[in-house]
Amino acid sequence: MYKLIIKINVVGKLGRVWIAYMPTQLVWDKRFFVVFGQNASRCSKQVASPKSHGGEKLIRCLVIGSACSHSHPLPYLEKKKVYFLARSISLLSSLSFPLALSSPTNHLYSLAAMSIFEYNGSALVAMVGKNCFAIASDRRLGVQLQTVATDFQRVFKIHDRLYIGLSGLATDAQTMYQKLVFRHKLYQLREERDMKPQTFASLVSALLYEKRFGPFFCQPVIAGLGDNDEPFICTMDCLGAKELAKDFVVSGTASESLYGACESMYKPDMEPEELFETISQALLSSVDRDCLSGWGGYVLLVYAALLTPTEVQEKILKGRMD
Amino acid sequence: MGRMTELPTKGGFSFDLCTRNDMLLKNGLQMPPFRKTGTTIVGLVFQDGVVLGADTRATEGPIVADKNFEKIHFMAPNIYCCGAGTAADTEAVTDMVSSQLQLHRYATGRESRVVTALTLLKSHLFSYQGHVSAALVLGGFDVTGPHLHTVYPHGSTDTLPFATMGSGSLAAMSVFESKYREGLTREEGIELVAEAICAGIFNDLGSGSNVDVCVITEGKTEYLRNYQLPNPRTYISSKGYTFVKGQTEVLSTKITSIQPKVEAVEGGDAMEE
Repeated sequence: MYKLIIKINVVGKLGRVWIAYMPTQLVWDKRFFVVFGQNASRCSKQVASPKSHGGEKLIRCLVIGSACSHSHPLPYLEKKKVYFLARSISLLSSLSFPLALSSPTNHLYSLAAMSIFEYNGSALVAMVGKNCFAIASDRRLGVQLQTVATDFQRVFKIHDRLYIGLSGLATDAQTMYQKLVFRHKLYQLREERDMKPQTFASLVSALLYEKRFGPFFCQPVIAGLGDNDEPFICTMDCLGAKELAKDFVVSGTASESLYGACESMYKPDMEPEELFETISQALLSSVDRDCLSGWGGYVLLVYAALLTPTEVQEKILKGRMD
Repeated sequence: MGRMTELPTKGGFSFDLCTRNDMLLKNGLQMPPFRKTGTTIVGLVFQDGVVLGADTRATEGPIVADKNFEKIHFMAPNIYCCGAGTAADTEAVTDMVSSQLQLHRYATGRESRVVTALTLLKSHLFSYQGHVSAALVLGGFDVTGPHLHTVYPHGSTDTLPFATMGSGSLAAMSVFESKYREGLTREEGIELVAEAICAGIFNDLGSGSNVDVCVITEGKTEYLRNYQLPNPRTYISSKGYTFVKGQTEVLSTKITSIQPKVEAVEGGDAMEE
């Protein structure tokens, strides 16, 4: 990942400071600026170079954002090295964010005041149609602003007619999934049948509430076919407060956009093909407005027809890869 | 090594992720906002019983997570409880006390009393010193008559003829203070409760959507879900969005058919003697 180095070369009253990190908030002062990484060449750069007034030295500000920021040409760059003018080292301590100065391992949380849910990024939505339901997710796995995988699985199967999508911190999502599969298998052994979606929702809620004061940072979206092929969807916050909806449920970092898109695009009693188009368009348009999720889409649609056997369709969507 | 298998736990809270979460917080990551019920919840005593009322908005930070959330929870056939605060806490606490009341009814063979529910709630909340963030309005009708109580997250309780809780409590209390009197009839009671909730809905940002009302009298309880819908959705285009089939670009498709399972019939043939 990113190495954090501080190399100070004092030239007279000014120093050359190199600091490496990946910020999500940009802080700059007239006198000194921060940041860019040793891996700067791999990041897009945004440069602002205000000229100061009253005879102060020209100061350059280099701000590195994520892959979603703009890049401007840097005429004064020499071999991808950028150097800054800083008054003194003591000014660094007055930076308004904590700097991790030392080891390469300390790159993870050092400077971002991010929410834990924004660490990996996710987008999940489930919708109900006529005798069918669809659950869709994005496919990006990131570590703050860097993308690590573009085929990450967020929707998991519990049994043939019940699926759970888990957004939030990826490690907690995977742990939750493993615990749930374990509990479901025990249930299958005892009861000799699959769990109903309503029962499963209560199980997930209980498991999450058990950790009330040290919660799992994941928000599940549960979708399944209950008795008489009645579709069932439900979401919860990270403490297990259930929201049983009759139309759609959303979760993840893109949830605000998803709420808006689903409110407008959803219609009751949609047929499977129309439901697939609606949920895909809602997902793709919402993740366009979220930096942390996207990079393709995955839609799973379960359709219970009267005479034909129940059908499960899994589709990978082509989306913007930025 | 610790235990490799994880047995289903015996109940109560488990604190094993707390050290990890503390470490995350120290390293600068913020805790996520929990789903709260911003809320206006009210109750009043009228001549024949108790009327409870609640709005139906559930919020997650500034976003509305659920537009039609049920805040009036069942405790016993003659006791209902409205909950404000963290949604998971109100649901879990009311579910738990409801189960305890059911067991108590089986043990004693009598109808539950409101003070029983009250004591169970307040002792649970007090033992968690306010960290279980549930503010409740508990009302019911038992052999001793109608009762209305409020329970605060730290475990204190009040017994009142009319009560309001939640972020919209001031708006609702203003309506009660001006218009409440002893000996209201059923219709007047419901009318007053609906007016108080509407005051909360329209003046408090944490409350919104619809009005739920629950009327508890001797031997009879009526839960009027969505009694008033003062905020209908009128802005939807009747045509809606129509997407042409094939509009979304698909990279790959996989279709599986689910084979119907043969169900084992419960209570099949009796064993032969």
